[in-house]
Amino acid sequence: MLLCGLHAPILFAALSIEITEGTESALPVAVVPFAADGAPVDISAIVNADLQRTGYFKMLDQQAMPARPVTMQEVNFKDWQAANQNYMVVGKVNGNGAQYDIQFQLLDVYKAGQLLGYRMTSSSNDLRRTAHHISDLIFEKLTGKKGAFSGRIAYITSSGGGHQLQVADADGFNPQTVASSTEPLMSPSWSPDGKRIAYVSFERKSAAIYIQVLANGQRERVAEFPGINGAPAWSPDGTRLALTLSKDGSPDIFVLNLASRALLKLTKGYSIDTEPSWSPDGRSIVFTSDKGGKPQLYLIPSQGGEEKRLTFSGAYNARGSFSPDGKYLAMVHGNGNDYRIGLMDMASRSINVLTSGPDDESPSFAPNGGMILYASKKGSTAFLSAVSIDGKMQQKLVFSSGEVREPAWSP
Amino acid sequence: MKLKPSLWAIVCSALLLSACGDTEDKDPSFLDGNQQSGIKDASTSGLNNGAGINGSAMGGSLPNGGGPANLGPEFSDPNNPLSKRIVYFMLDSSQVLQDFVPVVAAHAQYLIANPSQHVVLEGNSDERGSREYNIALGEKRAKSVAEMMKIQGVSESQISTVSYGEEKPAVSGNDESAWEQNRRVEITYQGQ
Repeated sequence: MLLCGLHAPILFAALSIEITEGTESALPVAVVPFAADGAPVDISAIVNADLQRTGYFKMLDQQAMPARPVTMQEVNFKDWQAANQNYMVVGKVNGNGAQYDIQFQLLDVYKAGQLLGYRMTSSSNDLRRTAHHISDLIFEKLTGKKGAFSGRIAYITSSGGGHQLQVADADGFNPQTVASSTEPLMSPSWSPDGKRIAYVSFERKSAAIYIQVLANGQRERVAEFPGINGAPAWSPDGTRLALTLSKDGSPDIFVLNLASRALLKLTKGYSIDTEPSWSPDGRSIVFTSDKGGKPQLYLIPSQGGEEKRLTFSGAYNARGSFSPDGKYLAMVHGNGNDYRIGLMDMASRSINVLTSGPDDESPSFAPNGGMILYASKKGSTAFLSAVSIDGKMQQKLVFSSGEVREPAWSP
Repeated sequence: MKLKPSLWAIVCSALLLSACGDTEDKDPSFLDGNQQSGIKDASTSGLNNGAGINGSAMGGSLPNGGGPANLGPEFSDPNNPLSKRIVYFMLDSSQVLQDFVPVVAAHAQYLIANPSQHVVLEGNSDERGSREYNIALGEKRAKSVAEMMKIQGVSESQISTVSYGEEKPAVSGNDESAWEQNRRVEITYQGQ
């Protein structure tokens, strides 16, 4: 992979992003700083950073811009063609402190015409969200794929002698602690409506599974059986939670009906069966089992039934996670001391190794299916990284607050 | 199976540490009874977009009761196997190594003789591989020690197991030495 587009780290409040590999075919795009009379948020800077972070685009430095047009009428397209830009974005922000009017245009430089033009209003509090929405619109227009800029990520971090479950914007901004404990926290899992998170907490000195409402922090302990209570995974229809319980002697996959609280036991036997994850149609659950000696991935109908082994290459395959369209399965793919993120094409069943290890884990798909967020370690630093599903674009996200792990991208 | 020299070094230094008295903060039996971790040490907050975060402290009670265990001097005597509180494991294995059988036996004997004492066997794994699978590996190790104790006659009611997987490493690092020291079961005493 060529090292194109290696940029200096961009430092934000909580997050520093390094693009470590880029695609050769990155499109030259210029986001001209919007005309803004003292808006508290620099919308065009956020759009610039969002687009840059995908690795699809080569963003033009402000110093290299031939001019600062605000509308298409003000653009001298020849200047921008001379600067080798394929596309450019111009816009303006007007507001009074409470309410803002934003206008932007996405322009095709060589055709000298508009591809997109929008006018929107936003409250002061929503300016960042509006910027991410603009990035989504631009990204989709230029690539044909849905953007993933407006989502949120949950992750576990450790600092100050304790552990925190945090939720941040997809660009790492606005991190907020939603749960904290001096005892370990693990395995955050978003409900499909994005309003709740299930997670494992050891605060009562043994593992229990909680479901917490994000809006108000209220939560309920839904599983605290003897032994392991782990790996909660929300069903796509939001009615059930798959989880791992060892109350019957060894770790098995169960499905908890959230309304009735009935427990359906899916696996049995003496092996370790854990890390359930639902197929997008809700009909199957992939899980990790070492019944064959070392961990491999198996598939079972979510209502119960026969297990089918999925992985046959590699000494160790665990922590399966389906892409939103069900076409791919991400996993931890290991050989001895080396653990990387592997991606199985469900049609061909072949596994493509996407990352370089040696201790990569916890893969989580972006809701647009184009990127996978995962956890990495270098020496004793733990951080999050993202890789495109073709493996060509890699980004390293370094949180300044310390060790970060177990990311989960909101639906 | 003979113990590797590096693990012997760990066993010996663990003995030296316990000889110093109550410096092991992993073992609640040596702590002042007011210093237990885990109770009232969790809080949750509502997620909002910039306004202040209001947390509510979650009280919690220790399922295993929790006063200090009032252990005698034999537990800090380096010549006594009771002063060894950690059992180590080989990679991917939950089998109690030959060298640790006498340690487990000593604690088993003690528990049989002292029915009011209770142990929590904390299982752990090294950092490699996926986290929830490692929780399951840690549990296998804790249960392995528990089974050995029960076979020797310890009552089930005196033993609890918990697994922390890779979540509570004893040693940080990404090398064989760190991994060896993290694949362990810790025998921790709690009073009734």
